[in-house]
Amino acid sequence: MNNALTQYTDLYRENRQAIDNGSAAPLNALRPKALEALEAARRLPVKGDEGFEKTSVNDMFSLDFGVNISRVGIPADIASSFRCGVPNLSTLMGIVVNDRFTPTSTLVSNLPAGVSMCSLREAAEKHPQLIAGHYGSAADLSKPGTALNTLLAQDGVFIHISRGTHLEKALQLVSIMAAPTPMASFRRILIVADEDSAISVLKCDHTQVRSAQCLSSEVIEIIARRGARVEFYDIEESNSDTSRYCQVYVRQHEGAEVNICGSTLTNGVTRNEYNIDITGPHTRTRLSGMAIGAGTQHIDNCSDLRHAACHGHSEQTFKYVLDDESTGAFGGSIEVCHGARFVEAFQSNRNIIASAGAKMHTKPQLLIYNDDVKCSHGATTGQLDAKALFYMQTRGIPLAEARRMLMQAFMADVISAIDLEPLRDRLRHMVERRFDGCEAGCRECLSSKQDAN
Amino acid sequence: MSDEILLKVTDLRARIDEKEILKGINLTVRPGEVHAIMGPNGSGKSTLSSVLAGNPAFTVTGGSVEFHGIDLLGLSPEDRSHEGLFLSFQYPVEIPGVSMVNFMRAAVNAKREYFNEPPLSAGDFLKLMRQKRAIVELDNKLASRSVNEGFSGGEKKRNEIFQMAVLEPRLAILDETDSGLDIDALRVVAGGVNQLKTSSNATIVITHYQRLLDYIRPDFVHVLYKGRIVRTGGPELALELEEKGYDWLKD
Repeated sequence: MNNALTQYTDLYRENRQAIDNGSAAPLNALRPKALEALEAARRLPVKGDEGFEKTSVNDMFSLDFGVNISRVGIPADIASSFRCGVPNLSTLMGIVVNDRFTPTSTLVSNLPAGVSMCSLREAAEKHPQLIAGHYGSAADLSKPGTALNTLLAQDGVFIHISRGTHLEKALQLVSIMAAPTPMASFRRILIVADEDSAISVLKCDHTQVRSAQCLSSEVIEIIARRGARVEFYDIEESNSDTSRYCQVYVRQHEGAEVNICGSTLTNGVTRNEYNIDITGPHTRTRLSGMAIGAGTQHIDNCSDLRHAACHGHSEQTFKYVLDDESTGAFGGSIEVCHGARFVEAFQSNRNIIASAGAKMHTKPQLLIYNDDVKCSHGATTGQLDAKALFYMQTRGIPLAEARRMLMQAFMADVISAIDLEPLRDRLRHMVERRFDGCEAGCRECLSSKQDAN
Repeated sequence: MSDEILLKVTDLRARIDEKEILKGINLTVRPGEVHAIMGPNGSGKSTLSSVLAGNPAFTVTGGSVEFHGIDLLGLSPEDRSHEGLFLSFQYPVEIPGVSMVNFMRAAVNAKREYFNEPPLSAGDFLKLMRQKRAIVELDNKLASRSVNEGFSGGEKKRNEIFQMAVLEPRLAILDETDSGLDIDALRVVAGGVNQLKTSSNATIVITHYQRLLDYIRPDFVHVLYKGRIVRTGGPELALELEEKGYDWLKD
C-alpha cells in the first residue's frame, strides 16, 4: 500500500519555516504535537479500519497533490460561477477560496457589534487569546485526519459571537475549491459562541468547474458555551473530481443548543465526521444529514455523539438516496457516559437504493454505561415504494416523475430539521432540481445583489 | 346506450408469480353503462382491475383489451390514465411527504402535457380543486396533508372519487369502494359517482355486496368465479346473489 501520509509529513519537514511564515502563532503552536500524533499513527485510515469500513482516507490523500504553502493567490471566478444567495435570506457573506477568506464588501460594515467573521490569521492578531484558547481545543489529534489538517492548515475562518448577542441574519460562507493543478487544501473553521448567544452559519462548498482534481481537508470546531444556540448548515455541491474530508468537532456546554445539518448534493468522494461532545447538562442537539448519490459518487457520514452530562436530548437523522453506481456509508455511535443520567438520545438512518448498482453500508451503534436513559437507533435500507409508484402512475403521473416526487418526499424530514425557513425552501428547491437531474447549482442565484468582491 | 364499444376484453388471462388468476375473461362495456362485477373472495375481481390499470405485479399471459379502439395492454399505467381509465383503489396508498395539492397538480398537468396543452395556472388549478372537492364533500384541510396519510377510511374513499372527478375518466373501475364505509360515507361516495355519470362514460363497480348497488344502479351484473365470468344478468342477479350466496353458481 502506498502510504499517502509520507508525502505530507515530508512536505512539512522540508517547509516548516515557510508553512509557519504563511500562518499565525496559535496555528503554528500545535504543529509539533500534530506531527508527533502522525508519527505515532504512521498512516491514514484505510478501507476496512474500524469506522472506515467503506472509505479509504489514505486513497483520498494519495494523489500527488500540490499544497499552496507559499500562499500564491489563486484566482477564482466568483462573480460568474458561484454567487450563492438564498432568496429572502439576507446573509452576511464571506467567500473562502481554498483556505483564504475574503469578506464581501458589505460584510464588515454590516456585522453587528459583538460578532466577528474573519480569517483565522487576522483573528490571531486581533484576538490572540481567544484563538489560542480555542483553536484545537475540541479537535482530536489522535485522529490522523485531524492531526494532518493541524499540521498543514495555515488559515481558515474564525467566527465569534459574544455573550448575550443574538445575530438575526445568518452568516454565510461560500467555500470554493479552485485549482489549476491537482491541489490539496487544508482549512480550519473555528466557531465560538459565548454564553447565551445565538448564531446561525450556512456554509456551501463548491468546486470551480474548470478545476483539476482537488482535495479538501477541513476541520471545523464549534464551541457552544453555556446557554448558547448554534445552527450550522453545510451544503456540498462539488464535482466528481473533488474529495472532501470534513471533520466537525462540537463542544456543547450547559444548556447549549446545537443544530447541525449537512447535505451532500453533488460530490466525488466525501467523508464527513461529526464528533459531538456534550459536556454540560440540559443540552439539546440535533444532527441531520442528507446524501443524494448518482454516478459514482461516494458519501460516508460518521457521527460520534457523546453524552457526558445529565439531561441531554439528542436527535440524529441521516437519509440517503443512492442511484446509479453510487455508494453510501453511515456509521453512527451514541455513547452515554457513566453518570450521564436522564439522557434521551435517538438516531435513525434510512436509505433508498434507487438502482441495482448502488450500495449502502450502515452501522448504527449505542453504548450506554448508565441507567435512566431513553435511547433508540434504527437503520433501514430499501427501495422506493412500488405500491406508491403504481398508485401515482394510475393517476397519470409518469413513472420518472413519480420516482422524483417520492425521493423528494423522502428527504422532507431532513429539510424540515433546518430552522432557517428561507434556507429550508431553498434547499427543498435545490433537492428537487438535483432529483430532476440538473446540477443543483447556485448559478441561478446570480441575480443576487450581494457583491462578492 | 350506444353501439359504440368503450372496452372490449377478450379471453384475458393473467398470472401473478406462477399462479394463473384470470383464466379467460370476456367483457364488453359501452358508453353510458354501469357494470357490476361480483364474486366470492379470491375469484380474481381485484386482479382484473389491477391488470386493466397496468399493475406491473401481474403478467398478462393471453387475450386482448381494446379501449376505445386502442390496445390498452400496450400502454403504460400513466398513459392508460391519460386515455381515460381510472381505478379507484380498494386500499388507497398513503404517500408520506407528497402533499395532495402537489400530487393532483402533477396528475392534472401530466394529462395536459399528454394532450399537448399547457399546464393549468395556479388560479385555475385551485378553482378546479374547489369545484371537484364539493362533489364528495372533501374537507379542504386534507389538501395540505400528505396523500391519504392519516385519512380515515371514509376520507380515503372520498379522496378516490375526488381524484376521479378531477381526471374525468371515460371508464372508472371502482374496486370495493364500499369496503370500510359507513352508510353516510357510502351515500356520499355513491352520490359522487352518480353525479359524474354521463352518457359517454362508463363505470365498472367491483363489490362483494348488493348494498352499494342500491346506490349505484348497474345495468349488468357479472359473477366472477375462479378467474372466469360464470354468469351475467341484470340488476336482479345481484339481489339473487344476496339471497342465495355464491354456492349455487360454483358448479
